[in-house]
Amino acid sequence: MERKLKHIGKSHTKFDAKERVSGKSVYGHDIDLPNMLHGSILRTAHPCAEIISIDTSKAEALDGVVCVITADDEIVDVNNISYKRDHPILKKGTVNCNRDEIAAVAAISKEIADKAIQLIDVKYKVKQGIYDPIEALKEDAPMINEFGQGEEKFGNKNIAESFHYEHGDLEEQKAKSKVIVKRTYKLPRVTHACMATSNITAEFNKLDGRLTLWSSTQVPFLYQRDIAHALKMDPSKIRVIQPTIGGGFGSKLDMHPFEPICVLLAKKSGKPVQIVFSREEEFILSPTRQPMTIELTTGCDAHGKFTFREVEIIKDNGAYTSWGATTPFVMMQSYSSLYQVAACKFDSHAVYTNNPFAGSFRGYGNPQATFSIESNIDLMAEELGMSQTEIRLINANYKGEVTGQGLHYKTCGAIPALKKVIETSDFENANSKTKGDRYKRGIGLASMLHVGGGAKIYRSDGCGTTLKLDHYGYLTIITGSNEIGQGSETVLAMIAMEELGLPEEKIRVINTDTDVKPWDVGVHASRTSFVAGNSLLGAIKLLKEKLSKKATELLDVVTDNWEYADGKMSFNEFEIKMDKVAREMHFGFPHELCTVNYFYEPPSKFQDKDFKGDVSGNYAFASQAIEVEVDTLTGKVEVLNTHVSQDVGRVLNPLGLQGQMEGGLATGIGYALTEEMIYENGVLKNPSFHGYKLLTTTDMPPVNFYPIETYDEAGPYGSKGAGEAPLIPTAAAIANAVSNAIGVRFYSLPITAEKVLRALHEKESMETIERR
Amino acid sequence: MKITFKINGESISKDIKPSLLLIDFIRDGLGLKGTKPGCLEGECGACTVIVDGLAINSCMYLAININGKEITTIEGLGTKENPLDKVQEKMVEHGAVQCGFCTPGMVMTTKAYSDKCIAEGIIPTQEEVKKSLEGNLCRCTGYAKIIEASEAVYKQER
Repeated sequence: MERKLKHIGKSHTKFDAKERVSGKSVYGHDIDLPNMLHGSILRTAHPCAEIISIDTSKAEALDGVVCVITADDEIVDVNNISYKRDHPILKKGTVNCNRDEIAAVAAISKEIADKAIQLIDVKYKVKQGIYDPIEALKEDAPMINEFGQGEEKFGNKNIAESFHYEHGDLEEQKAKSKVIVKRTYKLPRVTHACMATSNITAEFNKLDGRLTLWSSTQVPFLYQRDIAHALKMDPSKIRVIQPTIGGGFGSKLDMHPFEPICVLLAKKSGKPVQIVFSREEEFILSPTRQPMTIELTTGCDAHGKFTFREVEIIKDNGAYTSWGATTPFVMMQSYSSLYQVAACKFDSHAVYTNNPFAGSFRGYGNPQATFSIESNIDLMAEELGMSQTEIRLINANYKGEVTGQGLHYKTCGAIPALKKVIETSDFENANSKTKGDRYKRGIGLASMLHVGGGAKIYRSDGCGTTLKLDHYGYLTIITGSNEIGQGSETVLAMIAMEELGLPEEKIRVINTDTDVKPWDVGVHASRTSFVAGNSLLGAIKLLKEKLSKKATELLDVVTDNWEYADGKMSFNEFEIKMDKVAREMHFGFPHELCTVNYFYEPPSKFQDKDFKGDVSGNYAFASQAIEVEVDTLTGKVEVLNTHVSQDVGRVLNPLGLQGQMEGGLATGIGYALTEEMIYENGVLKNPSFHGYKLLTTTDMPPVNFYPIETYDEAGPYGSKGAGEAPLIPTAAAIANAVSNAIGVRFYSLPITAEKVLRALHEKESMETIERR
Repeated sequence: MKITFKINGESISKDIKPSLLLIDFIRDGLGLKGTKPGCLEGECGACTVIVDGLAINSCMYLAININGKEITTIEGLGTKENPLDKVQEKMVEHGAVQCGFCTPGMVMTTKAYSDKCIAEGIIPTQEEVKKSLEGNLCRCTGYAKIIEASEAVYKQER
């Protein structure tokens, strides 16, 4: 990376920021089509029940109602949806969780549609549901999902998905271990809480059978295929347009029942239909992070070198199976390959219950895995009498390492990241700070590993780009990738500015329409800047070849060494404007347009049947040191300061990257301390921001961020994916810090004031007993 | 019921239902979609507008209550010459925007507070700035850049 760069590495304001701050961006909520109807969905009154009858007559008779559908309607000729195809779009016969859709209404206003829903009379026979996965695994438990294939595939009717992984000689490593720590961790159900609630607008054209969807999906091409499967349509007849998306964080990876339901309403009514969730619906219906119980046994030898990890995970899958059931893909990476681990055995079962189904969420299983791993590391260090920093440093991943799982760390910033936060937080001294009576301070450390160059879990992990340089020297980038707020559009514009010497105002990014843009797998796995960036660089190379050929001819000079600046190409004393070259290409021989297409497929590999293989183009590493203060009178934990260091390969846009760090930390802190969906017998008790506590401005600590640049050759300019990492080690570091502050360790999240206070009282009474 | 009010500098009279919420009136009745419906329960602040100088949640306010008052929505900021208000410029500059759904509310809250502070000749502390934004939720940014942007509005006044 000798070349001096003008734009990459320098802060650039967000490409779309002016639209956003002026309220001009159009979100799904703002779409208003001519003759558009409003849809509303009736959900079950009981999480587990048989449906005896559904009477929609009163709803249909209501003035303003255009149509009502239930599973028995002839228009509802559909397939099951979801990752395991175990989820009926509209339920009949039985309902299995509190999200279950029974009927839907389209009406001339939202108010009328909501009123009509309440007029639908459903008679239920209420059944005893199963809300604990351990109960569901018992032999005498009823089969929860009738489409489940657990019996044949996993030996238990209520297992939705299982993963087994191992490497190394577990018994040999156990024998070598001086210290073995076994603990059980319980992780809560939390939700994305996107500021914009879920929404969809559907228009079905009966004349040509084409469907247009305005959808905030993160994965438009997979979504197009999913909608087609659900509704028995030809995927190419479905056009997916993404309006501005008001937050994703993984929630929009799955297609959910309300989306095909909206299409069915549009088909039946013959008019466009829009469904927008209320905030309460959003809480109840948005997929959650996986709640799970993790039993982790880890060992290290007398010198603190890690010997093995053995882990058993029971995940509450809920009633249906979303992409979330595949989070073990990521979790097994952390168990097998975060730090050097000689042997690892991993088993996880996602178990059906009558709880709502979990989905995908930024970090994808990794915050849970990392919480358990990093807690166990502190416990081993303590037992061994070793410092928390040393045990991590001697086991840290290194450049050139090929892990037991086959991940190849061609570059690795694990040790520099650890050293950085240890230094900036003055970890060793902060650790021994004198503690006051009421307020106790502590510091905790945690690291993480995540994919940095996409993840080949689908047949292609690629991204397409089309470039168009017009007669006036303006560039249009048509990319398969999506902007969901993370700033990838800005990075693409910066790359084009860098490579083609064009000013920002001459660049447009088109990325919202499946009828126009080339294929891309979607926003997930921190992959967008990596794959879309590489794809754009490939396309720019082709464009330059084209420009070079024409310019050479026009100026009668032989070279490939053009410099691109200020809209011009130059070589020694030769100079020509790019727009002139584009025009000459069109109007003169060979009469072609200055456009190119390029598709980039990362060099990563599919993992084999044992889940081994180099699954990502590169890997991201990070460490966090977090300082907390615990008020022993109230139990409240306050995060005072955070030190974050991450191997991002190379910083592309410092301003955008810092924003990803701060936002990630906020979600991580919420996961650690305040956020929890409280379910009782399958019913959510806190479906509002009153009861579900997001951080606010006054809760947010400073984020001291130190990027580590390792210049990985797989990434654009040496960069790695960065978006998910900042929230992954946060809860682990905070739990370690709380333990350091008050001498009590928490094995479940969130670490609420109530929990802290109870634990302190228990500790006090134990100490009193011991003193006696 | 007929109400008369001034919105974004323009005087308007309209017949409305007494139970109409201000947010619905603004978005559906007046077609000003920049005001965002985030929760409709007064918790998230995305629908913040300014009524007679005060930032309010338009989802918690009946439209009839604007009778005789002056309202500013996100569409009312900026001028022909400078389409972005200083608050908006600072939000852009400081990277305070990610998905942007909370942004109009953040801008309007900051605008009301900064106008008040400037009128009273006060330069708020960082804690006061944070407090002023406590009623606005954001899931993307972790607030740091929003707070920075908001502080920068005052720093320039100095």
